[in-house]
Amino acid sequence: MRPFKILKGISLPLMRINVDTDCIIPSREMKRVSKTGLGEGLFAGWRYKEPISRTPDPEFILNNVKYAGAQILLSGMNFGCGSSREHAVWAMIEYGFRVIIAPSFGGIFYNNCVRNGLLPVTLPENDIGLLVEWIIQNPRQNQLTIDLEKQIVSGPEVMAFHFNISPQDKDMLLQGLDMIDVTLLCQDDIMAFEKKDGQDRPWAKLA
Amino acid sequence: MAARTLFEKIWNGHIVAELGEGADLLYIDRIFLHERTGAIALKGLTEKNRPLRHPENIFCTIDHIVDTFPGRTDETQVPGGKEFIQTTRKSALSAGITLFDIDDPGHGIVHVISPEQGIVLPGLTLICPDSHTCSQGAFGALAFGVGSTEVEHAMATSTLRLERPRTMQVLFEGELRKNVTAKDMILFLIGQYTAIGGSGYAVEFCGEAVTNLNMEARITLCNMAVEFGAFTGMIAPDEKTYAYLEGRSYAPKGEHWHKALKDWQGLKSDDKAIFDKRITIAAEDISPMITWGTNPGQAMAIDARVPDPVKMNDKHNRAAAEKALNYMDISPGTKLTNLVISGAFIGSCTNSRLSDLRRAGRILKGRKVADGVRAICVPGSQRVKQEAEAEGLDKIFKNAGFEWRESGCSLCFYAGGESFGFQERVVTSTNRNFESRQGPATRSHLASPETVAASAILGRIAGPDDLNSLNGVMGRNDIAKPNDREGQ
Ligand code: SF4
Repeated sequence: MRPFKILKGISLPLMRINVDTDCIIPSREMKRVSKTGLGEGLFAGWRYKEPISRTPDPEFILNNVKYAGAQILLSGMNFGCGSSREHAVWAMIEYGFRVIIAPSFGGIFYNNCVRNGLLPVTLPENDIGLLVEWIIQNPRQNQLTIDLEKQIVSGPEVMAFHFNISPQDKDMLLQGLDMIDVTLLCQDDIMAFEKKDGQDRPWAKLA
Repeated sequence: MAARTLFEKIWNGHIVAELGEGADLLYIDRIFLHERTGAIALKGLTEKNRPLRHPENIFCTIDHIVDTFPGRTDETQVPGGKEFIQTTRKSALSAGITLFDIDDPGHGIVHVISPEQGIVLPGLTLICPDSHTCSQGAFGALAFGVGSTEVEHAMATSTLRLERPRTMQVLFEGELRKNVTAKDMILFLIGQYTAIGGSGYAVEFCGEAVTNLNMEARITLCNMAVEFGAFTGMIAPDEKTYAYLEGRSYAPKGEHWHKALKDWQGLKSDDKAIFDKRITIAAEDISPMITWGTNPGQAMAIDARVPDPVKMNDKHNRAAAEKALNYMDISPGTKLTNLVISGAFIGSCTNSRLSDLRRAGRILKGRKVADGVRAICVPGSQRVKQEAEAEGLDKIFKNAGFEWRESGCSLCFYAGGESFGFQERVVTSTNRNFESRQGPATRSHLASPETVAASAILGRIAGPDDLNSLNGVMGRNDIAKPNDREGQ
């Protein structure tokens, strides 16, 4: 997984609440047993004029040239709710996003982000509102810096917001670790647990 | 020992190692996969040459994109669907895990067959790369949905690295009114407390109205915990739970069964246990419910009027409601019971079990689906289907004009294959009313199976009570005989 340390980039405000993973990547866009080939399907239901076509809908913000190359997505509460499909995260990464800033996230989606190097930043709604306002008023200076080490989102002006992230998630992102390797270092703990558990709960074992 | 909640007892009993700052390495007892998100996890492990730690604990089904027409094969209307199905089968067989293939008598939707087979048990941790895994919390298990990467981790290590969620108790006090079901309970809760009301919490459902529910209805209640935003939902096991599980294929047998029963006695929240949050609901306040918008929190009593976004204080809620009403083509202030429908669907992991079909069948018996309504029933598993057929339910559905299908997720979600069609209005027993969930621009209204059945008959949105007052063919008591109600 690609580590995340610091990023400066254009942000795109998709100010809707409850953006679910069906919207992020409709199931019809998951065409192969693969983590790739999903970028084109990102927000397909909103991005294209008809469900099957690939004609961009100019009304949808992703198609607005002002935001071309955006790496940061700003959105409303409960972003990524719904289906557990990790394809939603893979699609966002393939499209080019590295950070999502929202007041809250769907729980499974949040974990999926962290495990794929996409940084989910939780900020209060008001702070996000200020950022969005600023971006809309100063489109030419649409540059935010996200510093994971310091846990700070900052704009070119004085605006800077601290965000919280659990130490475990932060570490995973900063180091871009494969967590299976890390957990396999706990082999002894796992074996000790299984030994004791086998005696305590024989009924729970399938042989 | 300090008083603990059901959740804490199971969580604490599964800690392999503490990772610091509230995170634990948690032991995972059972893993279930399906072809839509599971095949990719198996593939991921094979590519990295990583063995499965306990293949005997891993199960797989092919439920999501398989066709549900009679005589189905690996061919499916979903683009690329055949590849998903065949890759899943191949990877499952070479990984040595248990597969419930398309032609297996145990086939069905993951959250329907896991209980049927006794794979989920009280006190276990169970995960699946599927958000509705919380359904299985109905058995007093800690069951929750994860992503594909997490499931790879669990298959390779039998553990997950997790942060402990907070705990919430949702207490349904008193008794439900007639024709009010578990589906209405959960829609009521989400309607009142929003789709993020449960965010970050493991929710335990308790109270008289919950313990009165049969096991199948309890699954329905827990099924939509994720629509409430919760980490999971759960219900303490009791005699009904044990009776349901005894003798099931993967349930413990003999001495192990007796030891299990003993252990399970302690699986309940202690009287003095402290929850981080508590919600109390009077069960008698709940009516048959229906959704009017595009998230499950946009729900109301079926005889209420659609709220007016202008009157909403929160600007985001207002914007979301406006967008939803526009998508649904509904005006504020109207009654949904006037809306004509063109689709009716009974199925999905929410409401596709035998008792659901019985209750809907009671309404459909001797009646006909209205002209212009495409009505479909998809039993949740082959076992449900067979049991339903053994008591003649298939005939009742078919005579009424319903299609009667093979088991699977089917029209619960649109994957590029079958759909309810552009802007069609559908009353559905499923759990998600998101935009285009059941087809491009399809307008989905979530409700109980009895409401779906009544709506199909009348050709417009209608609750089971409407049917009585309209044509008086049956007395009120005929619609839900006591022995078919969920509270058994
Ligand atoms: S029935 Fe619907 S909600 Fe349930 S697992 Fe299948 S697709 Fe998901």
